[in-house]
Amino acid sequence: MIDSYLKGFEEIASNGGASAPDWARSLRLSAITRFEALGFPTTKNEDWHFTSVAPIAEREFDLLAPPAHGVTAAQLAPFSFGATDWHTLVFVNGRYDAALSSAAALPDGLTVVPLKQAYDELPLLVEQYVGKVAAYEGQTFTALNTAFLDDGAVVHVAQDVEVARPIHLLFVSDASAGAGTAQPHNLIVLDRFAKATVIESYVGIGGGMYFTNVVTEAVVGDGATLTHLKLQRESPKAYHVGTVDVRQARDSHLVSFSFATGAALSRTNIYTELRGEGCGATLNGLYLGDGEQHIDHQTRIEHVEPNCYSREHYKGILDGSAHGVFNGKVFVHPAAQKTDGKQTNNTLLLSEKAQIDTKPQLEIFADDVKCTHGATVGRLDETSLFYMKSRGIDARTARELLTYAFAADVLETIEQVEVREELEAATLRRYTERG
Amino acid sequence: MLVIQNLHATVGDKEILRGIDLTVNAGEVHAVMGPNGSGKSTLAQVLAGHPAYEVTAGSVTYEGQDLLAMDPEVRAQQGIFLAFQYPVEIPGVSNAYFLRAAYNEIRKARGEEEIDPISFADLMDERMKLVEMDPAMLSRSVNTGFSGGEKKRNEILQMAVLEPKLAVLDETDSGLDIDALRIVAHGVNSLKAPDKATIVVTHYQRLLNYIVPDYVHVLANGRIVRSGGKELALELEEKGYDWLLEEAVA
Repeated sequence: MIDSYLKGFEEIASNGGASAPDWARSLRLSAITRFEALGFPTTKNEDWHFTSVAPIAEREFDLLAPPAHGVTAAQLAPFSFGATDWHTLVFVNGRYDAALSSAAALPDGLTVVPLKQAYDELPLLVEQYVGKVAAYEGQTFTALNTAFLDDGAVVHVAQDVEVARPIHLLFVSDASAGAGTAQPHNLIVLDRFAKATVIESYVGIGGGMYFTNVVTEAVVGDGATLTHLKLQRESPKAYHVGTVDVRQARDSHLVSFSFATGAALSRTNIYTELRGEGCGATLNGLYLGDGEQHIDHQTRIEHVEPNCYSREHYKGILDGSAHGVFNGKVFVHPAAQKTDGKQTNNTLLLSEKAQIDTKPQLEIFADDVKCTHGATVGRLDETSLFYMKSRGIDARTARELLTYAFAADVLETIEQVEVREELEAATLRRYTERG
Repeated sequence: MLVIQNLHATVGDKEILRGIDLTVNAGEVHAVMGPNGSGKSTLAQVLAGHPAYEVTAGSVTYEGQDLLAMDPEVRAQQGIFLAFQYPVEIPGVSNAYFLRAAYNEIRKARGEEEIDPISFADLMDERMKLVEMDPAMLSRSVNTGFSGGEKKRNEILQMAVLEPKLAVLDETDSGLDIDALRIVAHGVNSLKAPDKATIVVTHYQRLLNYIVPDYVHVLANGRIVRSGGKELALELEEKGYDWLLEEAVA
């Protein structure tokens, strides 16, 4: 029901977001107009063919009210990876929470601030990029998010600055005061030769129903390297739509990982555009589904210029009646000669009812390129099972270990050690008896 | 230790083993030779319990028990070890974790306590020297990205750690250069003991220069067509298999 959003828009335009600069207010206005015109996509739309958003579209979501009892630091401990010295911004129900955040004493050249503060501190930067990288004209959820532009994180890393510690953007939702939506909007800008790791976490407290619709825009300057981890561990009843849209300049690198295990229905879009020569993009991901979960990943890599590479490996394990979707597009533009692209999607189905729709797509308009793609869907490999059993490992343990190993194979590509170890441990616990 | 009687086995509709009789006693080394397709690898796999093969007739008794009634993991727990011709890559499981899991399963089956990680590390140190393996291999995924020689050495390392009573080496020499072959053979020889036995399946006599067998058996068309001492292997090297196949048909 789009009416509830139109009503919500009026509210935000007249109070919460009233202090926003003129460009933001007019951006919101054109975005809500696009949202109204587009409406929610149906499965007739090719990009949504395997994912029905009816559960979201049929409900009325106001903006999430603050939690009934507030959120404490102790409640966030399970989501902080044991790190005490990271630059962390916490958002509760879509709103920046200064008390829970710890992004003080930042190194020179690093700015990590909530959007409203960025309007004052980085006015030119936000005006230049917000709403410009993630095009909303044809994307309902991006249009909806942009229409509600009000809060989120802005990360800026100045030229030549290498940020040692991860920047953690932690989005916590607690629907104890009623169902609702959070629409955070983030901007990450790395200037020339800058380097940083940004972790976006989406987590739920209390198991209630809510709808997160997030957009992250990222600009990676010449020779810069952005490592971006998106960790979706929402509540089981939640809905999550998240778009990460990256623009890469010459010789820049993007290393992206998307981990998705929460929410009843989730859709994650990871897009990057390689706009200069010599770029590299690595897009990896892991989705773990069970019960009635629906987990959709869409990736798009645009090779615009020559001599760039992209590597993509998404894996998934689906149990119960879980439904996974992977749609990976690689576009090689006519000028993008010598493109080197490799894309793989492997899904392990643990039950008869679990299913995956996988669609790796390669569209090549240049003639001198090296691109491969492939997808596998299957059950545990019998030869591997026999090998383990032949070493004395019982059938059940062998199955558990192989299931874990299937996931660990892609988790081990995460360079950030605390995140890798915690996700590995959680996955081991999930799929093995002994943990 | 092992008594095989009239063993028949099929894969799909195809009968590969057509009446094998073989007795292996503790302390002995038996070589099973034969041309490609003779069934020698099938024999090795059947002993380990590979699910792709169906035993259609005959019996295998191991230490007085019906081996064919045991699941593959039980056979391993009871002391049977197959060194694979093509060791399997398991991305995501580290060699160290895999070996410790296997070692503990086998200890459990023997009624022993699980080993603690520190004692296990000491054991690994010692056993890795035997096959001249780089300790860094322990933290890598099982066989993943290993060279052919590294995979075979890793098989022998597993054997050295698990200390089987009956080791079956399935063409462990295939694809090995002479240095790797010496290392592998040294590993196998070091593990020889009066209460243990080894079956060496090989296409070439070369390996038997290093692992000297007490008995040599020649397999053709799923049957043992000739048995003899180690000199039979030399004869085969000189004359090939054809004369035996002709005799067998005649």
